[in-house]
Amino acid sequence: MTVTEDAAPRTGTAAGAAPKAVATVPVRARRGPRVRRWRRLVSPVVLVLAWELVSRAGLVSPDKLPAPSDVLAVGWRLARDGALGAHLAQSLTRAVIGLAVGGGVGLLAGAVAGLLRLGDDLIDPPVQMARMLPHLGLLPLLLIWLGIGESLKISLVALGAFFPIYLNTYAGIRDIDERLVEAARTCGLSAAARLRHVVLPGALPALFIGLRLAFAAGWLSLVVSEQVNAQVGIGFMMMEAREFSQTDVVVLGLVVYALLGLASDLLLRVAERRALAWRRGLRAT
Amino acid sequence: MATRPTGDLTGAATAVTPVAVVRAVGVRRAFGPVPVLNGVDLTIAAGEVVALLGSSGSGKSTLLRVLAGLDGDACGEVTVPARSAVVFQEHRLLPWKRVADNVALGVAGRDVAGRVAAALAEVGLAGRERAWPAELSGGQSQRVAVARALVRQPELLLLDEPFGALDALTRLRMQALFQRLRAEHRFAALLVTHDVDEALLLADRVLLLDGGVLVEDVPITVAHPRTTDAPGFGPLRRRLLALLGVPAGPDAQ
Ligand SMILES: Nc1ncnc2c1ncn2[C@@H]1O[C@H](COP(=O)(O)OP(=O)(O)OP(=O)(O)O)[C@@H](O)[C@H]1O
Ligand SMILES: [Mg+2]
Repeated sequence: MTVTEDAAPRTGTAAGAAPKAVATVPVRARRGPRVRRWRRLVSPVVLVLAWELVSRAGLVSPDKLPAPSDVLAVGWRLARDGALGAHLAQSLTRAVIGLAVGGGVGLLAGAVAGLLRLGDDLIDPPVQMARMLPHLGLLPLLLIWLGIGESLKISLVALGAFFPIYLNTYAGIRDIDERLVEAARTCGLSAAARLRHVVLPGALPALFIGLRLAFAAGWLSLVVSEQVNAQVGIGFMMMEAREFSQTDVVVLGLVVYALLGLASDLLLRVAERRALAWRRGLRAT
Repeated sequence: MATRPTGDLTGAATAVTPVAVVRAVGVRRAFGPVPVLNGVDLTIAAGEVVALLGSSGSGKSTLLRVLAGLDGDACGEVTVPARSAVVFQEHRLLPWKRVADNVALGVAGRDVAGRVAAALAEVGLAGRERAWPAELSGGQSQRVAVARALVRQPELLLLDEPFGALDALTRLRMQALFQRLRAEHRFAALLVTHDVDEALLLADRVLLLDGGVLVEDVPITVAHPRTTDAPGFGPLRRRLLALLGVPAGPDAQ
């Protein structure tokens, strides 16, 4: 069963009619990915440098926008005396617990609704209705219910994470090719084995989309809830600094938020590349 | 042997040869008000290859799915061997499992890896264990699907247009492969196909499904190994095509 793919293409160009220069296609090597990666760093660096220069030249008052170097300096100072670390740890704790709770419940509910008809009928309608409500709009109500403590912040993050996880788990399971499940059945796989070998991996791409959206919604919830009321946390650090007109600390808070978002995205990308390695072949073609 | 009584039991088991591996009696299946299978009786002897012909929409796939145990709403009595395997028209490999893991799906016992490697070697894909399904061509994927069936050492192979989606040359190679595997493993098979030549080449018996029942049972006695231009195929081909409602040539009008 070997395919010999020789002879055939040769016959195309008959000896006599040797075609002269048939539209020479320029085969220029594309710039390597490494070059492009460096090139993409140029404009951000230029922007930061311009910001630094504008601040140093006194064109913008440091009360409005401190120079990047000043932000870095205050960051270094707060990191050394442990304040930044404490705020960061608190924010991260809230994010992780909120994402775990909201994501876990979303995953469970989405799986039940996606797998069982009864679950679909019972769970999906209320979730679809509730999802029309912007979850940050629930803040006043949550304040009444939960007060201003940790549970408020964690609940808000969990709410933000729940919906994308639920919706994508549900859609991921529903989109699984029924024929693959059938083939697994003919291979003698039990229902539990089909769940493990077919449903779970089949829903994983959608799950990663949900996770990415959940991270985004979770961060947003965290920022909002920490700025409403908190005693510790990056958001609290920024609000406190605002009262004392420490603009550099406020900007530092923004930088930390941005870096956290970036780090979580990177983490997710790495996990995705590992878990969805089988898609490489699909992308290559 | 796993007897699977589905729905109303028609106990009238006809006298069949004791070596029958498939025995189906009075199989009925309807989608809504429309009956697709209307009392199909079918026996397949051990090691026998039976081709199932029929026009599009006549219920061939429906019957195969009943035999494969994939249709819970069919009525009738169906007996198939516990060791059966199915090859579909599409390869139906799990894209998130490497070739070897796809073949090994649901296989238990000793030396699974060795058996998988042997099955892959038999279909000409030795050494491709670590490939992803997405990296394979259509014919290679279908060969993996055949290996996935083979590794179970089936007594019965159910094939639903297994080579229908392949190009003509690959199909010829797959037919040759099937003949070789069949000679070696002696499995019984039900081969659903649109291709009269394929049926003549591979089958010991050709069944024709029409109006929900098997209307024709044509034994093919030409000795193996066969080629499509074997003498004796001409009249058979014309007869089968006529039964399918296709004029076999300009003179058939
Ligand atoms: N799940 C289903 N729901 C409703 N009708 C169905 C279903 N599956 C099959 N049918 C109907 O049953 C009839 C037989 O279908 P089947 O797939 O068995 O035909 P077939 O002989 O395999 O055709 P083909 O040669 O085109 O594959 C068709 O009319 C089809 O519309
Ligand atoms: Mg069919």
